[in-house]
Amino acid sequence: MPHTLTISQLTDKLAQGELSSREATQSCLDRIAAVDGQLNAFISHDPEDALAQADAADAALASGKSKPLLGVPIAMKDVIAVNGHPLNCASKILGDFNSPYDATVTEKLREAGAVIFGRVNMDEFAMGSSTENSAFGPARNPWNPDCIPGGSSGGSAVAVAADECIASLASDTGGSIRQPAALCGCVGLKPTYGRVSRYGLVAFASSLDQVGPLTKDVRDAATMLGVIAGEDKRDSTNVPEPVPDYIAALTGDVKGLKIGLPKEYQVEGLDPEVKAATEAAVAKLEKQGAEVKEISLPHTQYAIATYYIIATAEASTNLARFEGVRYGARVDGASPEEMNRATRGAGFGEEVKRRIILGTYVLSSGYYDAYYLRAQKVRTLIRQDFLNAFKEVDLIASPTTPTPAFKIGEKANDPLQMYLSDIFTISCNVAGLCGISIPCGFSVSGLPLGLQLLGKPFGEPDLLRAAHAYEQATEWHTKRPKIG
Amino acid sequence: MREDLQHAVKLARIELSAEEEERLGSQLGDILKYVDKLNELDVEGVEPTAHAVPLTNVLREDEPRESLSHEAAMRNAPKTSNGLFIVPKIVE
Amino acid sequence: MTYEAVIGLETHVQLRTRTKMWCGCANEYGAEANTNVCPVCIGLPGVLPVPNAEALRKTALAGMLLNCDVPSYAKWDRKNYFYPDNPKNYQLTQLDFPSTIEGFVEFEFGEGIERVRINRAHLEEDVGKSTHFSDYSGVDFNRAGVPLLEIVTEPDLTDADMAYDYLNALKAILEYGGVSDCNMEKGQVRCDVNISVRPIGQTELGEKVEIKNMNSFSGVRRAASYEIERQIGVLREGGTLVQETRRWDDAVGITESMRTKEDAHDYRYFPDPDLMPHTPSEEWIAEVRASVMELPLARKQRLMADYQLPASDAEVFVGDAALGDYFEVAAKGAKNPKAVANWVMNNLQAKLTETGGSTADLKFESSAIGELVRLVEDSKINSRIAQDVFSEMFESGKAPAVIVEEKGLSQVSDSAELEAFCNEAIEANPGPAQDFRNGKETALNFLKGQVMKASCGKANPQMVGELLKKILGS
Ligand SMILES: [Zn+2]
Repeated sequence: MPHTLTISQLTDKLAQGELSSREATQSCLDRIAAVDGQLNAFISHDPEDALAQADAADAALASGKSKPLLGVPIAMKDVIAVNGHPLNCASKILGDFNSPYDATVTEKLREAGAVIFGRVNMDEFAMGSSTENSAFGPARNPWNPDCIPGGSSGGSAVAVAADECIASLASDTGGSIRQPAALCGCVGLKPTYGRVSRYGLVAFASSLDQVGPLTKDVRDAATMLGVIAGEDKRDSTNVPEPVPDYIAALTGDVKGLKIGLPKEYQVEGLDPEVKAATEAAVAKLEKQGAEVKEISLPHTQYAIATYYIIATAEASTNLARFEGVRYGARVDGASPEEMNRATRGAGFGEEVKRRIILGTYVLSSGYYDAYYLRAQKVRTLIRQDFLNAFKEVDLIASPTTPTPAFKIGEKANDPLQMYLSDIFTISCNVAGLCGISIPCGFSVSGLPLGLQLLGKPFGEPDLLRAAHAYEQATEWHTKRPKIG
Repeated sequence: MREDLQHAVKLARIELSAEEEERLGSQLGDILKYVDKLNELDVEGVEPTAHAVPLTNVLREDEPRESLSHEAAMRNAPKTSNGLFIVPKIVE
Repeated sequence: MTYEAVIGLETHVQLRTRTKMWCGCANEYGAEANTNVCPVCIGLPGVLPVPNAEALRKTALAGMLLNCDVPSYAKWDRKNYFYPDNPKNYQLTQLDFPSTIEGFVEFEFGEGIERVRINRAHLEEDVGKSTHFSDYSGVDFNRAGVPLLEIVTEPDLTDADMAYDYLNALKAILEYGGVSDCNMEKGQVRCDVNISVRPIGQTELGEKVEIKNMNSFSGVRRAASYEIERQIGVLREGGTLVQETRRWDDAVGITESMRTKEDAHDYRYFPDPDLMPHTPSEEWIAEVRASVMELPLARKQRLMADYQLPASDAEVFVGDAALGDYFEVAAKGAKNPKAVANWVMNNLQAKLTETGGSTADLKFESSAIGELVRLVEDSKINSRIAQDVFSEMFESGKAPAVIVEEKGLSQVSDSAELEAFCNEAIEANPGPAQDFRNGKETALNFLKGQVMKASCGKANPQMVGELLKKILGS
């Protein structure tokens, strides 16, 4: 069953000729045919195109080529541009948009030999924490289809957890990779802001967005990061920092690594099972040789408010380009203004509308200083909290989410409650750090739980080292949901 | 919906149904009340952060790169004519 | 009561770069619609801007030419408004930290020199171009993302003619610096005019009227002059003025109110998260400063002082900078720079126009024209021959002295030789000779012509005249 393999397992088998990329790709396609009717992880996929790429990879393998992802089927979140593929951002507004260009990460995957297939489900324009805000219907948690898979990269997490692909590429603006990874029991890595090019990632909030992988284990996350990281002249916010060998960081040794536990993270509404699992995981790392100490992040309680002002402000103008002039599903009107209003009224879902209006409001005349400018200043304080903490510790540990996956529809009418569930993941983006979520147990009801580790800017090697060491000492990541 | 929020809706060019307007109005009211939390903080003298990384002078040299073909540039357009993107008549 | 006008101008000028501001598409006028476009400049989902270094250099250079400071910190902001020609529906511009600030432009106005303060010259991006049909409009994005310099004056201009002269001076400066081609036909210069009037002696400004998107300087002059009259008229009749935007109807020659919606002006500026600040280093600024050239007015004044040229000649050389540069090299060490100027402005320019070439294509040394002038001044050749020598120089690139030598064109000033020519001419043309003796002065010119012809133009014409008179008079 090649679709259940990790990247490293599959590339080994491909290299040894035990398996072809076509077989692996076909296996994923069969798996999608079998389970995706129930899970709705994929918005669309093109089997013919995927198999053609697989055949090309097989030819390259046969000629002795070796590349880090040669022949590996990777599913793409529907927010990353792939030349010749649809790009919908899980929204109605893009209509039958077909991208005429590749994102930089797409190019890098191609260069690494990946079979890039499928458009996976998400919250519309990456706005949400449950993948319920998709114009293509909600994705479902493979551990319990009545539950949400998390979001916004829900489809990516489901596709990986349910073995519909080998790995997936997604984006994280406030936890959109880590939170669904935690709720679906896979590994989700958000790189440091500026580590991975954003060119071709449809912007939600430009100063917070970052592309990262969802994978079946930590080694695969390291492999994927090694492929997608690096300088890109098309992204002014991309940091020209050399890319280290992330696989080499996976030493299994955490001796002397200092891990901080923020005292402010003992929040109201933290599920006791989640709390216990996190404590157990930290105890395990301590036993493996890490030093654990309490730290303080005094501005934690302001992170969500800060985030929602900055993210929505940026989003309100990033999404202004979707108005029916150059692309997308136009709804006609007598004037350009009427056409814009009708197009956007019909094309955007409610959460997107809510955020655009909020973002427009906080930037509008008379409110800018009170909301946007103030939030930017608090952002400075939050970032400073972390930089201070990182003078004392190498990593910060916390739960990824305050609760396991909740039921579909449970929070649909209370956006604020939904926003508050982002408490542990949001600061990482606000401060521009790197973070990872790894499986650390299950709830009594059988839902996965995630441990989040945060690292300093460009501290991915330490982050991966600790995550990998923990993973080596546990079995959580080997568990798979039973579907169908 | 509050008048100041209606102003934002107008600026954002989003048509809302009456029902949407009412629901969003009350939800946004709650959210704005929540974010008022930031007023508790004294931010006097704090520099605003616009970027998560402190980069400056990221420039490109004035060198041509291949553009999109006309066909590729227009292929997603809702309406075209004579090589132009067609929109309802602009009246100033 | 007498009133005075207060005018401020915001002038948008396309920068001369090879590529657009944020992408590698050609910055080029006249291509087929939507062919100089890419994902970045048509605002496809997912794209990002990267600033063109040359546009920043040209902006700093323009600032320096306008006597502005180049601050060590500049940043980019988004100006949000929906318009079909605006691909992202926000325009990238520099709101509170522009690339250049606080300068001035000096220009000739009436008898004196006028100074207009420049508030700032900042960089932004152009939008696409709309064409209107009977029941729809079409947009071409070739122009979208072209770097645009916006030069904002303080409200220092006091009448329509002054605004007109300022604009021409600004254009000359920017063309001179190679910052922009300022081609009006190609829409490379556009202007917003702010006008108010107030009773003389009042310090606070009156209600400001903005006339947007003017694309000719004479239009600005006419619109401003109309608008000043209109505003004064309203006040004189006891009316009040409101701050508003008006449109200039060039055909009718009036301005009319544009009813703009109130919320149209809430641009929600905020710092662009996709672009990093520009913090030019001392070295970078010095490098740009090294390319700062003399401004037209300064050059004109210097040409008049250093070469004793009349204002009209100096203006020719200021208007055509390359020709002016050529003149300065040619006139170096010349005893009579005015004569050199005449050669450059008349003969050289005529030849260049004829051949369609430029001074860069010339085969002869730039010092050659000075030498040629000296040959005439020293009576080595006459000015007729000088024309031939010049043609030969133009063809072969040989030095004038060499040509004169090779072709034996030296002026014949030997009296014996000339006397022989004269006698021959008189003998061959007894009629005219007699006419002269009978007092018909013009007959001498005919004989002189015959001598010149016989000598292949080399005879010293002055001496020939004297000799003929002497022979015929004796
Ligand atoms: Zn372009």
